[in-house]
Amino acid sequence: MRTKGPAAPPGAAEPRRRPNRHPDNAWAVILLAVPFGGLVVFYLWPLLRTVLLSFSEGTAFSGYTITGLDNWQRLFENGDDIWRALLNTLVYAAIVLLGVPIAMVIAALLHQRGLRGRSFYRTLYFVPVVTMPVAVAMVWRYIYNGDFGLLNEVLDTVGGPTRAWVADPDTALYAVAVVGIWMALGTNLIILAAGLESVPQTLEEAAMLDGAGPIRRFFSVTVPLLTPSIFLVSVLSVIGSLQMFDLLFIMLGRTNPALADSKTIVYLFYEEAFVRNDRPLGAVIALVTLVVTLAVTAVQFRLQRRWVTYA
Amino acid sequence: MRERLRSRHLVTHVVLMAGALLMVSPFLWQFLTSLKTLGESTRIPLTVLPASPRWENYSAFFDIVPVGSMAVNSFLALVLRVAGQLLVASLAAYVFARLRFRFRGPLLAGFLVVLMVPPQLFVIPQYEVIRTMGWLNSVQALALPGMFSAFGVFVLYQFMRTLPTELDEAARMDGANPLQIYLRIILPLCRPALAALTILTSLFSWNDLLWPLIVNTVPDRMTLPVGLATLQGAQGTDYPVLMAGSLLTILPMVLVFVLLQKQFIRGIAMSGIKA
Repeated sequence: MRTKGPAAPPGAAEPRRRPNRHPDNAWAVILLAVPFGGLVVFYLWPLLRTVLLSFSEGTAFSGYTITGLDNWQRLFENGDDIWRALLNTLVYAAIVLLGVPIAMVIAALLHQRGLRGRSFYRTLYFVPVVTMPVAVAMVWRYIYNGDFGLLNEVLDTVGGPTRAWVADPDTALYAVAVVGIWMALGTNLIILAAGLESVPQTLEEAAMLDGAGPIRRFFSVTVPLLTPSIFLVSVLSVIGSLQMFDLLFIMLGRTNPALADSKTIVYLFYEEAFVRNDRPLGAVIALVTLVVTLAVTAVQFRLQRRWVTYA
Repeated sequence: MRERLRSRHLVTHVVLMAGALLMVSPFLWQFLTSLKTLGESTRIPLTVLPASPRWENYSAFFDIVPVGSMAVNSFLALVLRVAGQLLVASLAAYVFARLRFRFRGPLLAGFLVVLMVPPQLFVIPQYEVIRTMGWLNSVQALALPGMFSAFGVFVLYQFMRTLPTELDEAARMDGANPLQIYLRIILPLCRPALAALTILTSLFSWNDLLWPLIVNTVPDRMTLPVGLATLQGAQGTDYPVLMAGSLLTILPMVLVFVLLQKQFIRGIAMSGIKA
């Protein structure tokens, strides 16, 4: 029993009480109510629902009942659509990854001391990042046109091969991937430029005094110190590539003869879930995307140990 | 020495300029094509400059799709999504970064897990939720899931963690409650992060295709990218009008970018995430 001491200073009133480790429980409940409610309704519940759907049968009208692995069997045993889509997606991601060395060279050129017009160049290289993929895909589709496209015209004058780039199953995916590189270059450049800022200038200067030329300095000093940023850019590039949908959707219309051979995994998802309205199969494809994304990212993190140096 | 330095930069400028030209040439071609006649745009050998610029192509774009209402939809969806995302993400980030409460770890993990999952895993049930609410073909359908995106929580959480805890402690001594601290102290200090999030969310919202394509299927409820996408099949071949229209739809974001370049670049560098 304690008696109220009128003169007790605040804080000294209950000297033995353990400090409250969770003083803000009530406020957390109040302030988190809306964000957490939205998270549950639009993300956590959907996650669970997609998993359940993947094991279910039915339609939007009849409702769904859980039946087991039928959809998984259907996806992997009927035809090779899923395998082709997986392969296409990985090939696409690999090609877009080639944009990283390009971005490195440009970032290094831009980083040179005393270079004028740096922000001018940066603006131009960055514009494709802010433009709507749907819109630029239309422009590129027109440029790639086999009959009157700008690319063929240019290739024709220099004696290169001409063809209907996005209507030909042999080239369509690669043609789209080139646009992927073009669109991602600005983002890669920004992240690598931020990495270069943190490379100490003194090392570059020391190498210069030792007589190393610019190319030697780039490979022996800049690149090794930049590996953490290169790694980050590579991981983000691959994750982004695995999501590719807009470019393909626009550049290869539904009647395109190359479409059947060029679908990516997200395209297949859209088609099954929302064109054919086969939601359970769509759910399986979505889960496959998750597995692939996690697997590819895990591989990248494993390989990281071999080539990334943290200063 | 100075001579050599300058000549080295000369080579650099030539390389950078050539690259920059490659980067913007599709836009130049888009612009030139948008002023041609259909005949000029499909003629071989190519016509580089139109005989006389046809600005009518831009108004023709307004005649084939309800561009006005599509632009309004895109804009309203953007405003709603950005406002919602700023509020939701800053609240959640504040609670996780500055308050001490039970189950903080598991709850935070709930948000962060969502970040690592490809969006397709949410799309089908999100569509079902929106349909159940009777909100298909509405502005809120476009904006809603994105408002609760965990991406914003993550970006703001990272930023708020770097603010000194003495700020909160001092305010508490003065009798401020957590809501007051959030509103008067933390939010004002987060202005750069909030600006970056605003820009990135606007970009996502304006350019997004898959979600709006699924939920809003009535032409005058579509967003600009979806409206543009429908042109591809139906109208298909009127390249000058298509180029004029696509140029108009990318213009707002490019203008915003040119005006707010610094914030754009900081946003990308901060989140490390592709738009």
